[in-house]
Amino acid sequence: MTTTTTTTVTLADLTRMLRESAGEEEGVDLDGDVIDTPFMELGYDSLALLQVIGEIQREYGIEIPDDAVVDAETPGALLALINSGGATAA
Amino acid sequence: MTTTAVVTGLGVAAPNGLGTEEFWKATLAGESGLGPVTRFDAGGYPSRIAGEVPGYVAEEHIPSRLMPQTDHMTRLALTAAEWALADAGLDSAGLDSAGLPEYGVGVVTSASGGAVEFGQRELENLWSKGKEYVSAYQSFAWFYAVNTGQISIRHKLRGPSGVLLTEQAGGIDALGQARRHIRKGVPAVVSGGVDAALCPWGWVPQIASGLMSTVNDPDRAYLPFSSDAAGYVPGEGGAILVVEDPESAHRRGAARVYGHLAGYAATLDPAPDSGRPPALRRAVENALADAGITPADVDVVLADASGVPDLDRAEAEALTALFGPRGVLVTAPKTMTGRLLAGGAALDVATALLALRDGVVPPTVNVAAPAPDQQLDLVTEAREADLRTALVLARGYGGFNAALVVRRAD
Repeated sequence: MTTTTTTTVTLADLTRMLRESAGEEEGVDLDGDVIDTPFMELGYDSLALLQVIGEIQREYGIEIPDDAVVDAETPGALLALINSGGATAA
Repeated sequence: MTTTAVVTGLGVAAPNGLGTEEFWKATLAGESGLGPVTRFDAGGYPSRIAGEVPGYVAEEHIPSRLMPQTDHMTRLALTAAEWALADAGLDSAGLDSAGLPEYGVGVVTSASGGAVEFGQRELENLWSKGKEYVSAYQSFAWFYAVNTGQISIRHKLRGPSGVLLTEQAGGIDALGQARRHIRKGVPAVVSGGVDAALCPWGWVPQIASGLMSTVNDPDRAYLPFSSDAAGYVPGEGGAILVVEDPESAHRRGAARVYGHLAGYAATLDPAPDSGRPPALRRAVENALADAGITPADVDVVLADASGVPDLDRAEAEALTALFGPRGVLVTAPKTMTGRLLAGGAALDVATALLALRDGVVPPTVNVAAPAPDQQLDLVTEAREADLRTALVLARGYGGFNAALVVRRAD
């Protein structure tokens, strides 16, 4: 059985994990106002998202639905999905 | 036959030199890059000597986004490719201004086992921690075609591309394939090969072949053509070459032409129990015919130089049959690098082009003289010579033979 998680992942957490697991595109400033910038514009393809979502799941012990890779097009959307309980405790 | 392909750029990552001129300087000085394995703990294996590329700091060469998704092998390949393109005047600005069509530059490289170091790490993650710990990039990072793909993506090269797997013959076969593309009208192809398998997963299958040297002295481990030959030493690295249509290269104002890929052929050995002779000699004959030359036109041979006595003898016999006893200069600069799997023959072609450019035959090191039954004029110290034509030979595990005739640019 699963329970709703109370985990809160911040934008700073997300950008740190993006850097660690998928690197940072030249010319992109992840510390800037990127909350609504599409991942594609930040230089991250679906595989990079798969990689970072894997890291989030491991670090926070949560499960994020596979569809997040395609459904969450921006950091804001991904964080909303994780923090609103769309993710479940693993 | 008219020449159909020229080399206009070189990028080298070799155990005795990172960068073309560093490699060439060390090679002419007879400086070997062989030593005890440091990339992994080889202490428990019978073979413990390798050629490792010195002083390579990946972060200095590879963009951040590519670091998590690339193996050491692919990083070396990307670095060599960047250098080769820059050398040819085809860095990103050069490519934009060269006037080449969008689908005008292909990528054809050689591979052997793929990126086994990356693959081993992720398999270890899988069995020791679980599937959620396996990198998403394992989906392609291990793959045979990964060097070709990453070079293509990074430099936006959308021409005909591919990968060839003929073990140690691959570097020549890739260049042969690049030459085919040029003949069909493709203006340029980034080609050659870079390999690296210095990890347990890359090591153990080579031990199992029985061809690897178990002499663990860097100066005595790999002695091709010698009475003391005891197998080969593996190394990492290779070379990437920019191959172009001569007219297209001239039209865009290429800064230099290292030489022509004048003739190429590949053959496959008959089955070991067939009683028929190996097919290396036929590969040479076909490559010479493809170049429209005879053995008398060849000034130097860069030998495959297996280091395995039977294979050395077979190569010496093929060369003696074609050129006569001690009938042509023969050298094996790979005694300074080890055998670089899919990268070796490409490095030998780069070496041949540099030899033609400078009029000097690089040496075979650590071998005082060939065994008495191998009638070779083996060059053991760098020797100046008027070189117009070089022949590069390579053999891959499983019976692959490849020969490439390289002619000096005039």
